[in-house]
Amino acid sequence: MGVDLSSLASTAINILLHGVAYAMILYIVTVGLSVTMGLMGFANLAHGVFAMAGGYVLTRSMQHFGVPFELGLVLSFVLVAAGSVVIERMLYRPLYTAGELEQVLLSIGLIFISMAAATFLFGPQTEQLSLPGYLRGSISVGERLFPSYRAFLICASVAVIAVLWVAIDRTSIGAKVRAAVDNTAMAEAIGINTDRLFTLTFALGSGLAGLGGAMGAEILPIHPSYALQYLVIFLMVVSIGGLGSLKGPLVAALVLGIGDTTSKFLIPDLGAFFVYVATVAVLLWRPHGLFGRAWDS
Amino acid sequence: MNPPPVEVLAARGRLHIFELAPWALAVAVYFLADSYLTVGAQILVTILFALSLDVIVGYAGIVTLGHAAFFGLGAYTAGILAVRGFGEPITGLLLAGLVSGAGGLISGAVILRTRGLTLVMLTLTVMLMLNEVANRAYWLTAGADGLFGFQIWPLFGKFRFDIYGRTAYWYCLAVLFLGWWFVRMLVYSPFGRSLTGIRENTRRMYAVGAPVRRRLVMAYTISAALAGIAGALLAQTTQSVAPSMINLDRSGTVLVMLILGGVGRLYGAFVGVPVFMLAEDTLAKQDPTYWLFWIGVAIVALVLFARGGILGIFDRLLAGTHAWRRL
Amino acid sequence: MEAPVNVAVPVLEARQLSKHFGALAVTNNVNFSLALGARHALIGPNGAGKTTFINLLSGTLRPSAGSVFLAGEDVTRCSEAQRVKRGLGRTFQINQLYVGLTVLENVLIAVAERAGIAYRLFRPIWWYRKHVDEAYAHLEQLGIAEDALKPVRELSYGRQRLVEIALALALRPAVLLLDEPAAGVPKGESSIILDVIGALPRDVAVLIIEHDMDIVFRFAQCVTVMVQGVVFAEGIPREISADPRVRSVYLGEQPHG
Repeated sequence: MGVDLSSLASTAINILLHGVAYAMILYIVTVGLSVTMGLMGFANLAHGVFAMAGGYVLTRSMQHFGVPFELGLVLSFVLVAAGSVVIERMLYRPLYTAGELEQVLLSIGLIFISMAAATFLFGPQTEQLSLPGYLRGSISVGERLFPSYRAFLICASVAVIAVLWVAIDRTSIGAKVRAAVDNTAMAEAIGINTDRLFTLTFALGSGLAGLGGAMGAEILPIHPSYALQYLVIFLMVVSIGGLGSLKGPLVAALVLGIGDTTSKFLIPDLGAFFVYVATVAVLLWRPHGLFGRAWDS
Repeated sequence: MNPPPVEVLAARGRLHIFELAPWALAVAVYFLADSYLTVGAQILVTILFALSLDVIVGYAGIVTLGHAAFFGLGAYTAGILAVRGFGEPITGLLLAGLVSGAGGLISGAVILRTRGLTLVMLTLTVMLMLNEVANRAYWLTAGADGLFGFQIWPLFGKFRFDIYGRTAYWYCLAVLFLGWWFVRMLVYSPFGRSLTGIRENTRRMYAVGAPVRRRLVMAYTISAALAGIAGALLAQTTQSVAPSMINLDRSGTVLVMLILGGVGRLYGAFVGVPVFMLAEDTLAKQDPTYWLFWIGVAIVALVLFARGGILGIFDRLLAGTHAWRRL
Repeated sequence: MEAPVNVAVPVLEARQLSKHFGALAVTNNVNFSLALGARHALIGPNGAGKTTFINLLSGTLRPSAGSVFLAGEDVTRCSEAQRVKRGLGRTFQINQLYVGLTVLENVLIAVAERAGIAYRLFRPIWWYRKHVDEAYAHLEQLGIAEDALKPVRELSYGRQRLVEIALALALRPAVLLLDEPAAGVPKGESSIILDVIGALPRDVAVLIIEHDMDIVFRFAQCVTVMVQGVVFAEGIPREISADPRVRSVYLGEQPHG
């Protein structure tokens, strides 16, 4: 009995850790989406494109230019953030006041373009990530082994999240973002240049998506249909978490990530239903998400 | 007022000579393009699907990415019925409409409490759940393999579904005609006007005492039933049903076809679907990646510059012409 | 559909109505009543919470505390649409119209709802001749009949405002809430609106939010002054304008309209 319990505990912790790693990646990719959707009210379903781009930046810079892994991660953030500014200015900006249908369609169009471009540039196969030596292999947690890379993911993600939260909470730019998310008209009235703020936030969010896509290349493999394949899970995290919220998507990502991993382990046949049921349940209970702002009537 | 307002409204809704064009074209195809009847039937089915989507997206203003759920529900109903030995086509069709309509009613009643991204998410989630069920419930749906090869009995006991697709073509055309007639009637009815009101200014609708949610659920149910009938048509004329009928690709593509033609107008589906499907047939064969890229660009261009789609462009070009009306 | 009329009971009533946004009380324990056939004005400086109050009465907003009574019945739990069905009509400070539709179609939607035919599927709207004529009659009454077939967005702002009023009247309300009906209307066009308001049916109780004291004097039998969500003063127009406290509250305020 005693032996069973400890092995059970190890298995449980193992599943938990896998779930957490998955959740961390989901969060880093989607936090930008949550903030920009809360800020601009724009239904950006194409957010996954930025994550995918980050993944390609990492794998290709390592492969073709011999860039070391760590630098590749930085590049994935920087390059995707920079590129997103162009896209925001040219394509998203004209549609901020447009209806939902137009925004959804723009996103679909962008997803299609990204799929075709990725296939053309990089080929249809899934990208292979060659990890640096110190991140390969596994560490032992209890009685089981846990991949070192995933452990790294969890630690690195926590670091990124900590920096992000401090930046939003403590800096003046962060305060402006929070003000503008809360009440755009009011923010403009007190002199905040919301246009520039949107672009900055969009770039930050997209950059984070790129970083998340790159870091998570092992968990969410990079291939041309990335944006389409993971569209649903990204949106689920954001809608359950609540638009405009910084902490909401983290809770949502943890629930979905751990829940999905666990249920697929326990009941492989019906495991996929967990995320769907969870989404429906939460959204019907709280249509604005767990941490979204509730409005009247 | 001269002429009285009732007459003016009635004149706008009267059947215009141009409205017979698509049917004349469809009949012409039968006699002139004999070898394309199977493709033709698929186009007709997709037009009906797009038309059903227009009711909820174009007229009621509800964006959904999960409409393929009802298409699939109808397809599976017809397929399962036939597989179990009852291949009478019209019964299958009606039952499919009933089942998918019920699906629309139940899911609509539940999720139409929400709007915006939340609603889009819920429509997607419902569809994905249905897809999952289709993949897993092997005893009912034959899982990922799908159902195929089932027998559909002759139409009215007389017209066999032949391999040239002749019966199938007329069958689809007739059902599309009925569906179109119904939607046309709906659009000009008080109910249709209230849907337009909901789309144009929901806040105002509450302020005139309209039970908005009830209307939306009704529109959603009707839309789902029509989509289910389209799905059943496809299942019956191709003798196959698969879980791939219930996915984001199908929902998204039919939405794109609708936008291409022009959303919120009766004939958007009639223009957008054939143009898209013929273009796809031609271009995607050469190079699927090339096709995907350009359709993506076309969508972005449409959204930024030509929101009314092809019919919208015609609107602008023919604005002066008396004969052209915003159909 | 007209609400049942009981002469002894006020047609619209707010009891201890409050609305909080966080710690801020936008409406604070307001008691208010509107009598049958009243001509009542609600005035107050900007930010006094007048529109919020109207929104609470109409059902657009849920109160934090207190209740709303319509013809003696508690409608606090009722949605906006339900209150409309019970005889409450309103106009919005910023026009809420179906801008892409024609003027006639706009009013027709309201008439169809009122008449209970708006759910009908199987006949075209012009088959309901009586209702089309009714909608048109409303347009004639307000002097906008010549614009009947024009899309609303092509009308001048003043005429759009008239459509806004037509929509409310088409519902045959027992109570009409007008939120700054002349706001934003150029001077030349506002006189028509004032005439319309003056010509409203005698049995409809009207509550009008206004900034323009001329309009208030011309139109109101009773005036309520609201400041920071609280009823500051109430009385006939002459009393209110002579009240020194009211004057001080308005010091520096520019009349609108």
